[in-house]
Amino acid sequence: MDHQSKINNGNAHFTIPILYTRGLTIGYRTKHDVLELEKDLNIKIHNGELVCLIGPNGCGKSTLMRTIAGLQKPLEGDTVISEVDVKKIKPHQYARLLSLVLTDKINVGGMKVMDIVSIGRYPYTNYFAKLGPKDYEIIERSLDNVHLNEYKDRFFHELSDGEKQRVLIAKALAQDTPLIMLDEPTAHLDLPNRVEIMNILKRLAKETNKAIFLSTHELDLALQTADTIWLMNREENMKSGTPEDLVLSGMFEQVFKSNAFRFDKHSGAFKVVHPIKGKVSLLGNGVHSIWVRRALEREGYQVVKNPDVQPKVQYINNLWQLNSNGNTLYCQDIAGLLRALRKETPS
Amino acid sequence: MTKDNNNILKSWGIVLVGLVSILCLFLLDLSLGSVKISVEELLKIISGNASKKSWEYIFFNFRLPKAITAILTGAGISVAGLQMQTLFKNPLAGPSVLGISHGASLGVAVFVLSSTAIFGVTANFQETLGSWGLVLFAIVGSFLVLLGVLLASSKVSDTVTVLIVGLMFGFITGAVVNILQYFSDPELIQNFLVWTFGSLSGVAWSQLRVMGPIIMLMLVMSLFYSKQMNALLLGENYATGVGVNVSRTRLKLILTTSIIAGTITAFTGPIAFIGVAVPHLARLLFRTSNHKVLIPATMMCGMVIMLVCDIVSQVPGAQTTLPLNSVTALFGAPVILAIIIKSKKMKGAF
Repeated sequence: MDHQSKINNGNAHFTIPILYTRGLTIGYRTKHDVLELEKDLNIKIHNGELVCLIGPNGCGKSTLMRTIAGLQKPLEGDTVISEVDVKKIKPHQYARLLSLVLTDKINVGGMKVMDIVSIGRYPYTNYFAKLGPKDYEIIERSLDNVHLNEYKDRFFHELSDGEKQRVLIAKALAQDTPLIMLDEPTAHLDLPNRVEIMNILKRLAKETNKAIFLSTHELDLALQTADTIWLMNREENMKSGTPEDLVLSGMFEQVFKSNAFRFDKHSGAFKVVHPIKGKVSLLGNGVHSIWVRRALEREGYQVVKNPDVQPKVQYINNLWQLNSNGNTLYCQDIAGLLRALRKETPS
Repeated sequence: MTKDNNNILKSWGIVLVGLVSILCLFLLDLSLGSVKISVEELLKIISGNASKKSWEYIFFNFRLPKAITAILTGAGISVAGLQMQTLFKNPLAGPSVLGISHGASLGVAVFVLSSTAIFGVTANFQETLGSWGLVLFAIVGSFLVLLGVLLASSKVSDTVTVLIVGLMFGFITGAVVNILQYFSDPELIQNFLVWTFGSLSGVAWSQLRVMGPIIMLMLVMSLFYSKQMNALLLGENYATGVGVNVSRTRLKLILTTSIIAGTITAFTGPIAFIGVAVPHLARLLFRTSNHKVLIPATMMCGMVIMLVCDIVSQVPGAQTTLPLNSVTALFGAPVILAIIIKSKKMKGAF
């Protein structure tokens, strides 16, 4: 079936579960012991849905992905993709249901982008991997989708990390599966590339109506792009929901609680907790006070609005005014202000 | 698109040059030796109008089987090397480097030398060389060593460390061969030692009848592995992800490699370094790692190199011949050195 050519229409959207699991228990079985990481999972991904799997290191994200990808056997339960129980099918049939983008490093020279992407057509081609007109068409479209059409004849090993990742996404698209799974697709990339990859995936989910499932450590990016977040935890069972619901119900905070930082519900970002060494009052609003507040918090001051508290900071006439111990000082920049503060309140 | 066409034209150009050089070198290999037979005379012999009966005899009983053996050996050992490089994901893998040829030698030694040690019969070495039993022993020997190195290499990921593992397997099999020699007939040992120098001229028609079909069958089969081998280049998980049965592919590659390396070694003796070096030459010439191109390209380059090595080992114009093994080592070992020195770019070389 050609899933790429399906046009997204409102009715088809979010109705058919592409993937669901029945009582899936994942973990490892060793000679003497059974290590269960998650028990009795009943999860669903619909078409057109972008699902982000997040959770602290060691909670079993990779194990869940490997289990769904068929690279590892579940301890119990079934995985069903497009109404097919994956236990009962052969590897090449599996490859028509699910395509993968992994963190495995590909150290290979002499392979062109075209060579790599056409490997995505392997589940459909003959013994010699002969490509037909339809295969070429799908490969072209896959490369278009990740903006790499000009790169067909470039060598894979000469590309940047972000471009390599896009080639592998194109490979997964060429595989033309209803479900695409990506293991930490934004790891090792710089911020513009991370955002670009997430945007591409978000757009692909909507335009091609595929289900896209990825694991990531980029919490803020996941919050901004995912339709659904699966929140994994070492202690409890996995939670899933719309990012905003998870934040409001406090689950986000709970999973990532730590003494070193806290999740700030207002900004939707994590804040590093600094040991407090005193209070500073800050008057005024606007962008200057937002950034001086951050600087003061980083220095370990609790920032209050009460004008009676000393030291007191205020931004007046392009200068920072500091009132402390009856003195009034003017500083040109925040660096100067912090230096003055350190002098006034020695720790 | 024009760039694409240019590349294709260039590749076909290389193929054409390759085929012409194979033909020329084949004729040269037939013509040169302790007795020089001119190309003109070669044509006469083929058409049945030989000027000298002795030349006809030399041509049909020595030169022709030797040149055919050179072609089969060159293509076979090189493809075995390529399969090992993809199997191990290691640009330095090859039958001689990882001890696979040594495994075949051990098989040969066990078959030949143990006959005196155990049964007290002195076998005729030349006669034994053609037998199916010997081939089988050599194949089993190389299969066991290949399996051993593969298991050991799954514990160490570093490419150069795998070489040391192969070296150790070579030492082990060498030690066993030495012990066997201790109990063997001196004449047999001498024959065995001559065999270890490697030679294409020991292969007569009767032996070629065994070796030819096996090698040709394996070469044809290897053409069918290009898809799986390309997938393996991306690693085990990606290969599984596109529907390739990785363990079955591995087994196929191990079997083909051991059959090729075992059979060739049984007849010609160990041939060093061709298996490692030739696939790199093919990658360099065709600028690709895509096995669809690389497998036939490797066969072609292997034929050329082997013919050249054989011609050099005949020392044209002189009465002596050099051990083939030394000639191939002189060609192949520098290639390995170059790869190790360039090891920072190892990823690019592979």
